Amino acid sequence: MSAIDRTARDMPPATPGVKRIAEPRADERPGSNYLNNGYGWKSWLLTKDHKRIGILYLISISLFFALGGIYAGFIRLELLTPQSDLLQPATYNKVFTQHGIIMVFLFLVPSIPATLGNFLIPLMIGAKDLAFPRINLLSWYLLIIGAVFALGAMMYGGVDTGWTFYTPFSSTYSNTYVTATGIGIFVAGFSSILTGLNFIVTIHTMRAPGMTWFRMPLFVWAHYATSLIMILGTPVLAITISLMAFERVTRVGIFDPALGGDPILFQHLFWFYSHPAVYIMLLPGMGIISEIISTFSRKNIFGYKFVAFSSIAIAVFGFLVWGHHMFTTGQSVYAGLVFSFISYAVAVPSAIKVFNWSATLFRGSISYDTPMLYALGFLGLFTLGGMTGVFLAAIGLDVHVHDTYFVVAHFHYIMVGGTLLAYLGGLHYWWPKMFGRMYPEGWGRFSALVVFVGFNLTFFPQFLLGYLGMPRRYAAYPVDIPAFQVLHILSTAGATILGAGLVIPLIYLIWSLIGGPKAAGDPWMATGLEWRTASPPPTENFHETPVVTWNAYEYAPQEDMEVIGKTSPDDKPDRSSYSGA
Amino acid sequence: MPRQASTFAGNVDTLYLALWALTLVIMVIVTVALIYFVIKYRRRSPDEIPQQIAGAIKLESGFMVFMFIIFMGIFVFGAKVYFAQYRMPKTALDIHVTGKQWMWKFQHPTGQREINELHLPVGTKVKFTMTTEDVIHSLYFPDLRVKSDVVPGRYSYMWLEATQEGEFKIFCAEYCGTNHSGMGGRLIVMKPTDYQAWLAGNLNNLSPVDAGREKYQALGCASCHGANAEGGRCPTLNGVFASQVQLVGGNSVEADEDYIRESILNPAAKIVAGYPAIMPTYQGQLTEEELLQLVTYIKSLAPAQTDGISTNAPALSNNPSAGAPTLEGQGASNPDAFRANPIGATAPSGGGTSSTPGAGQSNGTGIRPENR
Repeated sequence: MSAIDRTARDMPPATPGVKRIAEPRADERPGSNYLNNGYGWKSWLLTKDHKRIGILYLISISLFFALGGIYAGFIRLELLTPQSDLLQPATYNKVFTQHGIIMVFLFLVPSIPATLGNFLIPLMIGAKDLAFPRINLLSWYLLIIGAVFALGAMMYGGVDTGWTFYTPFSSTYSNTYVTATGIGIFVAGFSSILTGLNFIVTIHTMRAPGMTWFRMPLFVWAHYATSLIMILGTPVLAITISLMAFERVTRVGIFDPALGGDPILFQHLFWFYSHPAVYIMLLPGMGIISEIISTFSRKNIFGYKFVAFSSIAIAVFGFLVWGHHMFTTGQSVYAGLVFSFISYAVAVPSAIKVFNWSATLFRGSISYDTPMLYALGFLGLFTLGGMTGVFLAAIGLDVHVHDTYFVVAHFHYIMVGGTLLAYLGGLHYWWPKMFGRMYPEGWGRFSALVVFVGFNLTFFPQFLLGYLGMPRRYAAYPVDIPAFQVLHILSTAGATILGAGLVIPLIYLIWSLIGGPKAAGDPWMATGLEWRTASPPPTENFHETPVVTWNAYEYAPQEDMEVIGKTSPDDKPDRSSYSGA
Repeated sequence: MPRQASTFAGNVDTLYLALWALTLVIMVIVTVALIYFVIKYRRRSPDEIPQQIAGAIKLESGFMVFMFIIFMGIFVFGAKVYFAQYRMPKTALDIHVTGKQWMWKFQHPTGQREINELHLPVGTKVKFTMTTEDVIHSLYFPDLRVKSDVVPGRYSYMWLEATQEGEFKIFCAEYCGTNHSGMGGRLIVMKPTDYQAWLAGNLNNLSPVDAGREKYQALGCASCHGANAEGGRCPTLNGVFASQVQLVGGNSVEADEDYIRESILNPAAKIVAGYPAIMPTYQGQLTEEELLQLVTYIKSLAPAQTDGISTNAPALSNNPSAGAPTLEGQGASNPDAFRANPIGATAPSGGGTSSTPGAGQSNGTGIRPENR
């Protein structure tokens, strides 16, 4: 039976001993929800409803993603041939820069937190809204203003510094719209800071009665960790970009040695934000994967507390590894060793997560719904992406592969194979909750497979390219190394498939808004609080404040859980997997 | 796998392949486990709720420790490979590199210059002293597995020993502007005898030391530092390189290339104790190549061989001994030594006009002032 037409009435009768799970409430006023609560443009653009703001984000970042994707397409087409024939080098440099800026600052950073996080965190913890609804709306406007600056700069002539803005190239030598782009990133950064602030205050103060810290879904834990990074890291980026723009405009020496500055200082400041920023992009995705894995195997997350605390550990350690981007800058060998060491330390909590997700599947009841396919894809790709990060953290090896396509491949395995797949999985998983409609399952599974295949074909060859010595950001590459072109052609072919795989969901998801079958409150038999209200939820989320009496992912009473490696019959489950107080 | 053309290549490749082997093992474990679970535990009926399983602290902790040990192994391996690349050889063929949008300029110790092409002897340790005239570049020889960023305003170092004759790629690895992908060329590794022959055929340039000496005279350095760098109103430069220099305010600093460079471009940044801050800046009057030549010339000024004592601490300056000559010891860093002598009283020696010999040699005796 498909989950589509399941309603409250044909929920399974509760098995004896199993607490009632996830029934939609029967007392919803039929038909009233956040989507049909007002239709005018003001009801959207001036809304304070976190769900509507989430939808605003969803629409805007989808547009940014499409634009960034078009740039990616141009990059891949240009690299089909060794010569820079489709694009002049100057144009190519702008194209990869703008691909990076759009994808990182306008898509990946806001992607999951600002859309799904915004929509779901209040629902998951039983709140009516975020703590600061007006600030939440302001965050969206800041992102849009930032985007206007950044995209405006691109339309007027573009920027060619790379998304990393390394000085003194960016502050002195580039003759493109660096300052305007910098302002855009600066403003968009405040969107991120305010979102993080909002999440932290909400999670601390607005949890429903009974929703203790260890009853929160791991999605919320991941967003809590993410918000910490947003608040602590993003101001440093703002400072760095401002200083760069300040030097560019006033010629006061900060980073340019010709003016008395230090170009390496810029890299320290930049990566102090931008490495943790990778975790801003990744941690929410990990939160999604925890939700999906649990729901589609109908199991409690193995080692709940390990997964929760690993998010915090990643956020903390993530601040201490920025120097691994700078092994070849001539930084002190001891600094290099310390950064290398801590980079391995940060790999351990990531490994823990993969271990626990895999262990959750053990003896579960696994379905092959679209979100689960994305989650399984994430597990494989993230493992490979993470392991290649281990390559890069080995200093002696990094010297060779630094600034080559190996780094490009690693980064895309984490950001596309990790974050994007998690985002798509999460979007499918919560789509019925957000819009009250089911998407066509067959198309969903098909597109997940196409994305998986296309992704691997695009980026796996780039590992080989990188080790062969192909530097990144090259508009043209040598003809006399034939392997370069062969691998680039494979990569471009894969990108075509990946692109097609991403257009399919765009079509059927939009179609589902009109033609999709109506979704029940809880089409997946999930356990989270967000599934216990209607789909789509009413404006105030819950008609009455929910009182939480169950633990996270509690498919069956925790006392009845089986204990692995039990030595005596009265061994109790240990506290690492108990959720709850 | 690219060709293995340097002494590092083997180690780097071993590390790389070992990591792929480890990755393969982990990927196989994860993939097989996932596929097995997904098939074995597929949902049999729409409403089934499986038996829940509790987490296990011991299992998790064991896994954590296990992964940590594996990662530490890789860390040590990677660090060992890096140390070999990081430790500069004591004697090596010294190649100067200047990056510039968008070309690589190389200069051999005997003066030959090349652009976007570099000839090197096989089986010889080569040290690169590198800087750039504009933005950050990165000199990259993929077949030799070495790379180093070249940063404006300072010197970067890299060394290698080629093990294979042939032609190899030179790339710029750090994005540097419009024609970044065009900033590369050929590395030609040849037999040492062929290299000598190649050098002999390109004898139209001054060596960096000689060129630096010319600059030293032309820029008027001699008027304060002495015609043979013996000192005067300003400190001697003989043997200053690699010494500890005593600064105003009590700090001392090791006179490395970057210190000398800074003292030329921004003399006020670090004032040698006992001297007035009278030196003008040379910022903007020298290209990076000329600056490198000056630095090389100053590096070539060794202290007097006969009294190469260590005077790192002022207390020791009263205790000169004709000990073993050492590059470290020289008097320029000791202000007390200078104050005790009227300017020029002990220096230069009679042979002061003799031209300064090449790198690494003494430039005569008696130049270093003593306080008795």
